[in-house]
Amino acid sequence: MEIKEFKVKWGMAIDLDKCTGCGACMVACQAENNLAPIADASNKIKVMNWLVVYELSNKKPFPEHDVAYLPRPCQQCGHPPCVSVCPVVATDKNEEGGIVSQIYPRCIGCRYCMAACPYHARYFNWLDPVWPEGMEKALTPDVSVRPRGVVEKCSFCHHRFMKAKDKAIAEGRDPEALADGDYVTSCAEACPNGAIVFGDLNNPDHQVYHLSRSKYASRLLERLHANTQVYYLSRREWVRRQLDNYLDNEKVKG
Amino acid sequence: MEKNYSLPADHDLFPDGAKRCSLMQFMAWMGIVGVVAAWGLYAAYKVLSTGLGVTALDDYFGFGLWITFDLAVIALGAGAFFTGLLRYILNIDPLKNIINLTVIVGFICYSGAMLILVLDVGQPVRAWFGYWHANVHSMLTEVIFCITCYLIVLIIEFIPLVFEQKQLDRIPVLHHIAHNLHVMMPLFAGVGAFLSTFHQGSLGGMYGVLFARPYVFRDGFFVWPWTFFLFVISAVGSGPVFTVLIATIMEKMTGRKLVSWEIKSLMGKIAGSMLFVYLIFKFLDTYGWIEHILPHAGLTFDQNFYGNIYGQWLLWAELGVCGVLPCIILLTPSLRNNPALFYSAALLDCIGITINRYVFTVQALAMPVMPFDSWETYAPNWAEWGSSALIIAYGAIVLSLSYRYLPVFPQEKKLNATKA
Repeated sequence: MEIKEFKVKWGMAIDLDKCTGCGACMVACQAENNLAPIADASNKIKVMNWLVVYELSNKKPFPEHDVAYLPRPCQQCGHPPCVSVCPVVATDKNEEGGIVSQIYPRCIGCRYCMAACPYHARYFNWLDPVWPEGMEKALTPDVSVRPRGVVEKCSFCHHRFMKAKDKAIAEGRDPEALADGDYVTSCAEACPNGAIVFGDLNNPDHQVYHLSRSKYASRLLERLHANTQVYYLSRREWVRRQLDNYLDNEKVKG
Repeated sequence: MEKNYSLPADHDLFPDGAKRCSLMQFMAWMGIVGVVAAWGLYAAYKVLSTGLGVTALDDYFGFGLWITFDLAVIALGAGAFFTGLLRYILNIDPLKNIINLTVIVGFICYSGAMLILVLDVGQPVRAWFGYWHANVHSMLTEVIFCITCYLIVLIIEFIPLVFEQKQLDRIPVLHHIAHNLHVMMPLFAGVGAFLSTFHQGSLGGMYGVLFARPYVFRDGFFVWPWTFFLFVISAVGSGPVFTVLIATIMEKMTGRKLVSWEIKSLMGKIAGSMLFVYLIFKFLDTYGWIEHILPHAGLTFDQNFYGNIYGQWLLWAELGVCGVLPCIILLTPSLRNNPALFYSAALLDCIGITINRYVFTVQALAMPVMPFDSWETYAPNWAEWGSSALIIAYGAIVLSLSYRYLPVFPQEKKLNATKA
């Protein structure tokens, strides 16, 4: 299976033992990326959230009952199920950093990529985006708004990546070797507990490099070989067991 | 010339020697179909003007009734290319008695599917991007290419039939065009068979390549997942009997014999044979899926089913009642020649293929892949049903007009001679 490798590989390490499920990451993401509020948000699988916090349960009765919260951005797969299926190359993985792109003016809205993604990281604009009066003035100027009829997804706040590179160039530094913290996504920035750590998975100077190599780190649905760039950490075995499908006789990693 | 007022007002347009109902009766029927079409047009207008938010589709079910409908009608419309292949390339001559109908049904199925896609695609005005910005790695690109090209082939195959209309045929240029197109028909039949095989396969391949969806993922041969071959064979195993069912419905509605029993039985035998081949591969595929793909993904067989809505009964209905049973009936001469059994088998065959397309489209998306995710259910709403009904109404209109004015059934005159 062909996995796209890059010199710089932006990724996340999310410590599920630190996440309290507060949802600050979701709110920060919505505001940063100009996600329009949905008039009727009662159907939770028809609302726009580039990042969703799932609740995990060990399904045991009190006093053994335990829960965990799992923030799920786009996993920026190394072998993305969504890219090869797009009939019009509206999504691609070819930029240094390994972020899976989404080109809104190219997307025809066939939703084949959504069918391909097992993480439900892709969202469709079912209706025209409507901004409550005044809210349009608070839009992030660097992020394009999307029309109805196209698919969108988390871009690891790609505009922040561009800004960080511009800043590095202006300061005479190498834009291809950003320091830890030069480029951080809005969700990682908003997390009050520091559960989300963002950086270059290939750079030993970045914290995420070491976290992703922890024995408690694993990725969502690893056995499907999507080779994602988001790592989840937990010291709780039942939590790690829910990160992939295991047969009864199989042991969990870590 | 003296006018015969006992004949319908438009009788001059009828095929030679054909009897048709009065124009008033015909208009009444068209009025009924028109009401359904009007409802569908309203649904289509709402979808195009407001957006796909008016449907019951959501971010889990990006594909729903429309894609199921498209896949089903494209499979059932396979009677056109397969009968064309058998008639023109393999020279099975008796099939000339039903080939016109297979072409019309194929044309309706494919053009109808494309009309549905206009609604289903979020940005229909960008549909041409499929050609302009083609991703050669995507099965959907192949589908876009082959379906559009094959629709053109079907139009070319339909044109001579339209030009053979009694009044049009008197115009020398149209007569010659029709004649020359007939001469070239084996070429178009060959091109049609090639294009059809590939897009039927690519429609299956579309699902088979989804390696992160274990419900539909299939390994395969070279670049083609097994579903590529399964979709082709299942289409030719059901398309021919679908055409027979359409012919029979038309016979019941018009009260006239249109296709002889021998031809229907032959079509049933052809479909039955292909269904037999399909079932062998389908059972092998299902075994491989259970024993290889699911354990590899850390899943058990039972995890692929949920409640009644996505229960195992769908699988057994598809493979057993709507697979093995119609196959036995269609391949056993004594059973096949019993009309009640024959038509039941044809219907079950078509239902089985529709279930297959449904579970590959909807159940695959309903099933959670992340262990902490849950099953979701989907039921289409009025906007999706309405626009699908529009396509059925459109098909009824095309078939009704074709039957009334075009020489669709070569055997009609002979089969109804005693009645006259």
